[in-house]
Amino acid sequence: MTMSKTTLRLAVAAGLAGLMAAGAVQARDFTISSWGGGYQDSQRKHFFKPFGDSKGIKVLEDTYLGGWAQFKAMQETGNRPWDVVQVENSELIRGCEEGLFVKLDWSRIGPKSSYIEPAVSECGLGVVVVSQLVAWNPKNAKAQPNGIADFFDLAKIPGKRGVRSDPKGTLEFALMADGVDVKDVYKVMNTKAGLDRAFAKLDTIKSQIQWWEAGAQAPEWLVSGDVVMSTAYNGRIAKANKDGHGLKMMWQNNILYVDKWVIFKGSEHVDTGYEFLKYFSDPKREAAFTNDYTYGQPNREAVKYITPEVMAALPAGDHIKDALDTGREDSVEFWLDNSDEIFERWTAWKAK
Amino acid sequence: MALPPHASTGQRIWHRCFQAICALVFVFLLLPIVVVIPISVSSSSLLNYPLPGVSLKWFEVIFQPYPWMLALQNSVVIACATTVLATVLGTLAAYGLTSIEFRFKPLVMALLISPMMVPLVITALAAYFLFARMGLAGTFTGMILAHTVLAVPFVVITVTATLQGFDRNMVRAAQSLGAPPLRAFFKVTLPLIMPGVISGAIFAFVTSFDEVVVALFIASPAQFTLPRQLFSGLRDNLDPSIVAIATLLIVISVSLMAVVELLRWRSEKLARTEA
Amino acid sequence: MTIAPVADDALTGTTTLRLRLRRSERRRRLRAYALMAPLVLFLVAFFAVPIGSVLYFSVANPEVVTMLPRVTAALRDWDGETIPDEAVFAALIEDARVGYADRTLPKVSLRLNYEVSGFRSLLMRTGRKAKRMKPPYKEAALARDERWGELIYWRTLKGNGAPVTAHYLLQAVDLDLQWDGSVQRARPEQRIYIQNLLRTLWIAFVVTLACFLLGYPVAYMIANAPPRLAKVLILMVLLPFWTSLLVRTAAWVIVLQKAGIVNDALIGLGLVEEPLALIFNRTGVYISMTHILLPFMILPLYSVMKGIPPEHMRAAASLGAAPARAFLRVYFPQTLPGLAAGCLLVYVIALGFYITPALIGGGSDQMLAYLIAEFATNTANWGLAGALAIVLLACIAVLYPLYHRFAGAGGMKLG
Repeated sequence: MTMSKTTLRLAVAAGLAGLMAAGAVQARDFTISSWGGGYQDSQRKHFFKPFGDSKGIKVLEDTYLGGWAQFKAMQETGNRPWDVVQVENSELIRGCEEGLFVKLDWSRIGPKSSYIEPAVSECGLGVVVVSQLVAWNPKNAKAQPNGIADFFDLAKIPGKRGVRSDPKGTLEFALMADGVDVKDVYKVMNTKAGLDRAFAKLDTIKSQIQWWEAGAQAPEWLVSGDVVMSTAYNGRIAKANKDGHGLKMMWQNNILYVDKWVIFKGSEHVDTGYEFLKYFSDPKREAAFTNDYTYGQPNREAVKYITPEVMAALPAGDHIKDALDTGREDSVEFWLDNSDEIFERWTAWKAK
Repeated sequence: MALPPHASTGQRIWHRCFQAICALVFVFLLLPIVVVIPISVSSSSLLNYPLPGVSLKWFEVIFQPYPWMLALQNSVVIACATTVLATVLGTLAAYGLTSIEFRFKPLVMALLISPMMVPLVITALAAYFLFARMGLAGTFTGMILAHTVLAVPFVVITVTATLQGFDRNMVRAAQSLGAPPLRAFFKVTLPLIMPGVISGAIFAFVTSFDEVVVALFIASPAQFTLPRQLFSGLRDNLDPSIVAIATLLIVISVSLMAVVELLRWRSEKLARTEA
Repeated sequence: MTIAPVADDALTGTTTLRLRLRRSERRRRLRAYALMAPLVLFLVAFFAVPIGSVLYFSVANPEVVTMLPRVTAALRDWDGETIPDEAVFAALIEDARVGYADRTLPKVSLRLNYEVSGFRSLLMRTGRKAKRMKPPYKEAALARDERWGELIYWRTLKGNGAPVTAHYLLQAVDLDLQWDGSVQRARPEQRIYIQNLLRTLWIAFVVTLACFLLGYPVAYMIANAPPRLAKVLILMVLLPFWTSLLVRTAAWVIVLQKAGIVNDALIGLGLVEEPLALIFNRTGVYISMTHILLPFMILPLYSVMKGIPPEHMRAAASLGAAPARAFLRVYFPQTLPGLAAGCLLVYVIALGFYITPALIGGGSDQMLAYLIAEFATNTANWGLAGALAIVLLACIAVLYPLYHRFAGAGGMKLG
């Protein structure tokens, strides 16, 4: 039985070492949460990694895919698994109001004036300008969409469609496809009939919807042919095209987001969070990111360093002339007021 | 399973069909696992055949310190600690449980193995609700405790099974020769039930090493394990580096399976020679 | 060996011997209990209590009672038919003022917003102004927001005036608790939970059936193979069994994709022209779940079949039974305990599946576990997540004793 004894000793030693190691690494490193996939890879390359190296610290990452649930858990329990996260507008306002995020002291970041107006907020610093739009793979699609209405037209373009598994944005697309003018979307959706109308429009293609949660899934499925078209973030599609996939985008009635960085109040790394925001807001660094990953720049200074080809591909100018801006007051207010009920109805509707 | 020589043609045909069906089921069982492994050494980023060339670049990707090697380190730390905790607790309890008879024995046994029957998602939800309040969410301790809960039934079952075939007269003999109970346990009982304990420990290790649902609910980035990273990778970045990680996990679990099978084979042989 | 000195009196000797025996027996029992205690306590603390908290969350309703205590008390005697009087309004304004100051108001507003959309903004808006409001409060509040003149808000407040509620548990079975305590069917667009439960039971059933159809012949083959071959075959069943569930799911994602290996092979062989949709639908879920659960069917069947002597079939054949008849009348009934254990095991495990359908299924292929996770981690509706967990737990609690009967406590075959 000598062999077993040795094995036993080894096992116990390994286990004890494990327990001790577990104790030793209990303190949490600085943690940033962003939106995953190639986007986060690029952020890591341009911001997270060099920031960590310059400070000599470890930067951990997580993925956040929108929604309030994770924040609610943090409120309920006082846990702060993240220090900095990139959020959308309605979560930003709500988290700021409920005291979850730090009210920013701009003197510790940089001049407010260098940012476009929608990128500056009480608790948030603009990260990127993102457009959600319809994209398709010309190799697979039997027809190409000529407008947002075609996305909802199974007779004209049969086949699976990728749609973000989130009512925010998706319901707006449905109403615009149903003929509602961009500026009236929330007026219509604020009524019971209008909301029913959005769900009814989605019902017409529901059997053919393939839900995506992570932004990276949309281009993946377009390339693999699992869907004929998909709603997607413009930067992700541009990235896939850099890899030679030749996907197409339709800018008509796209939905515009200016996501923000926020710092969690009560996290153990608030100061590092500020240092990160300062590091992030360097115009050259931000421009280098945009040149690599085609999302718009909220920093006016950075625009100087962006190449003309990239400039032409950004969600700006003609591309956003009929876009729906989620930073609009009626948009933010609508989702603040209704997101709980709509999310519940959405979950129920989706699972049906 | 030879066919008798007097089998009719119909029986022969049926027999061949039967074998063909079984062969297909085996193909079904093994194919998806076997077929993806070579993709991990593909030189292209497509997850398909034919491979345009062979390259180790995807293994280079996963052997970068972040995120995969950190995840591997986390997995090993959590699984080792879980193994020790579950094996010690489980072995002691199994020993106590088999040494006496009492009225509530079935009830205690049911409690000890219940984590195996409750769906993972519920155990994870329960941990999610309560661990955060105990300050255990997003900590290694929390992950280790939750994984130990999941792993302990396997230890209890394997060790109990071994103890049932164990002759307690040996302990009595040792004690009558003057060995105190503790000494008798370590010198007589433990060596004899060692194969069962080791199998249980390996089951505990694998349970923790492969676990993803609890990790999804309560782990923070600092504790992300390999399966947890693999889960986000499957959604975010479906490329051969994911397959390389899967290959790594397959190799680890297959080697552990080999150890368990070897142990079992040895103890069976031992039992046979004794008989 | 010398004989130990015995007590002088043989009679007292027996008594002390008996006493000592009893004492040693008691010590043995105590030691056994002491050995079990650490694990029992551990599981109670980190398993039983957390599971209990799921039950608690499914009925807990503390927000309104603790965060709006005055108005809750003031509404106790309200009839629910007319807009409340000044006293109730005064209580409301006071609660809103205090709640706004100590930051509990957002939490309770959110809770109320689950039931009536817009309650959040109504209460928050009132809270923001409460400090400056002067009596009469009824007029002041109505002037600030006329929604306080609608019964629905007051009824919702009253309906949540108790610290426990059956709301979530009823919702989990498509029922709706009214403010006055009566129960109705849920609104049509919210009636999804029973349907989801039935779908979960159905998917688990189909997978169990598939495992039976594929697993039975294989178990039979292994049980009747020469020992060496049997050993190899068993290893082939154990290999997928030991491979992590997530890895096997990942393998199926890769194999079943539109541009995946299966579709390429089918097109290459000329069997189909267009790639088949094998993933993100029910087909993919059935295929991958069957693959993952098949070993759980084969192993118990195999262990039962191994114990059936082949002479039985030969005897039946020699007595003139046709092979099919001999199989059905003689062999099959003997495998029933293993079959029942295997089926129940597969069914119970399948009921709780989450990862595989989440990664391979589409929206309408998700099972109960997915909804639980979705409500816990995405929609932040912990009450409903808890209630659905109780429903799932109840299904398993019904089946588990059955499994226990067929397989015994340690009956799960661990490879």
